[in-house]
Amino acid sequence: MVTDISSSKTTPHMETPAAPATFKVNVPSSSTKLPATTGTLIDIDNLDFYYGAKQALFDVNLKLDDKRVTAFIGPSGCGKSTLLRCLNRMNDLIDGTEVKRGSIKIRGVDIYGKNVDAIELRKRVGMVFQKSNPFPKSIYENIAYGLRIQGQNNKVRLDEIVEKSLRGAALWEEVKDRLHESGLGLSGGQQQRLCIARTIAVSPEVILMDEPCSALDPIATAKVEELIHELKKEFTIIIVTHSMQQAARCSDKTAFFYMGKLIEYDDTRTIFMNPSNPQTEAYVSGRFG
Amino acid sequence: MKRFFDTELEQFRSHLMLMGETAIRQVRDALKALVDVDVALADRVIAADDELDRLEMEIDDEAIRYMNLRAPVATELRLVIVGMKASHDLERVGDECTTIAKRAVRLAAEPPLKPYVDIPRMANIAIEMLREAMECFLHGDTEKALAIVRRDAEVDAINKQLYRELTSFMIERPATTTRALELMFISKSLERIADHACNIAEEMVFLAKAQDIRHREELKKS
Ligand SMILES: Nc1ncnc2c1ncn2[C@@H]1O[C@H](COP(=O)(O)OP(=O)(O)O)[C@@H](O)[C@H]1O
Ligand SMILES: [Mg+2]
Repeated sequence: MVTDISSSKTTPHMETPAAPATFKVNVPSSSTKLPATTGTLIDIDNLDFYYGAKQALFDVNLKLDDKRVTAFIGPSGCGKSTLLRCLNRMNDLIDGTEVKRGSIKIRGVDIYGKNVDAIELRKRVGMVFQKSNPFPKSIYENIAYGLRIQGQNNKVRLDEIVEKSLRGAALWEEVKDRLHESGLGLSGGQQQRLCIARTIAVSPEVILMDEPCSALDPIATAKVEELIHELKKEFTIIIVTHSMQQAARCSDKTAFFYMGKLIEYDDTRTIFMNPSNPQTEAYVSGRFG
Repeated sequence: MKRFFDTELEQFRSHLMLMGETAIRQVRDALKALVDVDVALADRVIAADDELDRLEMEIDDEAIRYMNLRAPVATELRLVIVGMKASHDLERVGDECTTIAKRAVRLAAEPPLKPYVDIPRMANIAIEMLREAMECFLHGDTEKALAIVRRDAEVDAINKQLYRELTSFMIERPATTTRALELMFISKSLERIADHACNIAEEMVFLAKAQDIRHREELKKS
C-alpha cells in the first residue's frame, strides 16, 4: 500500500509553526590544523654526497620544519635513504662516503662541523628502519639498554622511561604484562613500535624513519601512522615511504627526489593536488618511468 | 608510462565532451524552435533531454568508480571532481532548454508579441560561452575561461533590459501578459544557461590550475 505523506489526516487544521529551533552544530576543529611551526629545524644547503667516486646526491637544498612530518618520496635508488642517513651521519659508518659540498645544519649548527660528536648527534636524531630490529633481549631491556649506556642506572627512573616510551609508541597496553619476555616474540607491527619506543626513549629531537611500514600489514601500518600523528606533537619526523597514500595521509610536507636530485618540495596537499613539476605529477599519479 | 586503466579517463573525458556538445545543440535547437515557430523541433528538444540526464548519471558513475578504485591524485583527481560538477551544470542547461522548448510550443499557438532580437542575441552569447567553456576543458586555456566569466555581465544586462521592456508591455497592454511572461521566463532561462557556462569555465580553471576563482568579483570586471 502506498502511504500519501502529503495529506496529513491527523491534523485537520494548520497550526502556527513554533519558532524554528536553532541548530546546535558542533564543528570539530580540523585535525589538519597545526599550531604554527617554530620554523626550520634542519637546513640542508647545496649538498653533494658521494659513495666513493659515485655521486648519490646532487646539490640538494631543503629546509625541514620543526615538529612536522616531512615525507621523502621517489623511485628506488633516487637517494632518499642516503639523504636520511646524512641527517644523523649514519653514512659515516660506510667506507668512502663523503659530503663533498654543502652543509646540513640543525638549529643552525653544522652537523658535519669539527666539534660535533656523531654519537651524540645520533641521540638527537634517532632512526627507525624498514626491517624492525629489536635486540635479542626482553622488551624492557630493548628500551633500558640505550639508557644504561647513557649512564642511567636508577631503577625507578628506568621503569618510568620504559613505560613512558612504550606508551609514547602506543605499545604499553599490549606488552605491560610481559615486559620481561623477548622482544623478538612480538608481531612485526609490535616490533616496529618497540623500535620506535627505543628511539624515543633517549628523547631525540628528530626521528628518521626509512620505510617503517614496508614490512607491515595494513592494520599494523595504520597503527604506526596513528603513532606518527601523535609523535609529531613532540618530535620532528622525516619519513621515507614508497606508499603515496602514506605520504599523503601522514606528512605535512613532501619532497620528491629523482636520480639524486630534489625535484619538488612543497606542502603535501600541493604535491598531491597540484604539483608544479610534471615528473612529480607523473610519479604521484603512478605513471612514472 | 601508460597504465591499463588510462582508457577509463579517456572515456570519461569524451563523455563530458559529448555532453557539452549535446547541451549546446539543445540550446541552439530550443531557440530555433522558438524563433522559427517549429513545434516539432521543440518536441524533439524536450525528448532529447533524457540523453543529458543519462550522460550525467554515467559521468557520475564513472567518476565515483574511478575515485573509489583508482585513488587518483593531482590532475586526475581534479578531472574527476570537475567532470562531476560540469556534467551537473550541463544537465541543468538541458533542463533550461526543456522549459524554453515547452514555452516555445505554447507561444506557437499565439501571434508573436514582437520580432525576436534580444533573445536570439542572448542565446548566441550563451552558446558561445558554453562552447568556449568546453574548449577550455579540451585545451586548459585559463585566460579564455576568465573571459567567459566576464562575458556573463553582457547576458545579465540584456536580461534586465528585456525584463523592463516586457514589464511595460504588460502594463500598457494587459492582453500581452501571458506571452510577455513566457518571454521573460525564456530570457531568465538563457541567463541561467550563461551562469552554468560561467560555472563550467570556473571549474576548468580549477582543473588547469587548482585555483578556486568562484565568487571573486574582481575577476569578473573589466
Ligand atoms: N652503501 C652504498 N655504497 C655505494 N652506493 C650506494 C650505497 N647505498 C646506496 N648507494 C647508491 O646510492 C644511490 C641512492 O641510493 P638510496 O639512497 O639507497 O636510494 P633510495 O633510498 O631512494 O632507494 C643508488 O644509486 C644506490 O645504488
Ligand atoms: Mg631506501
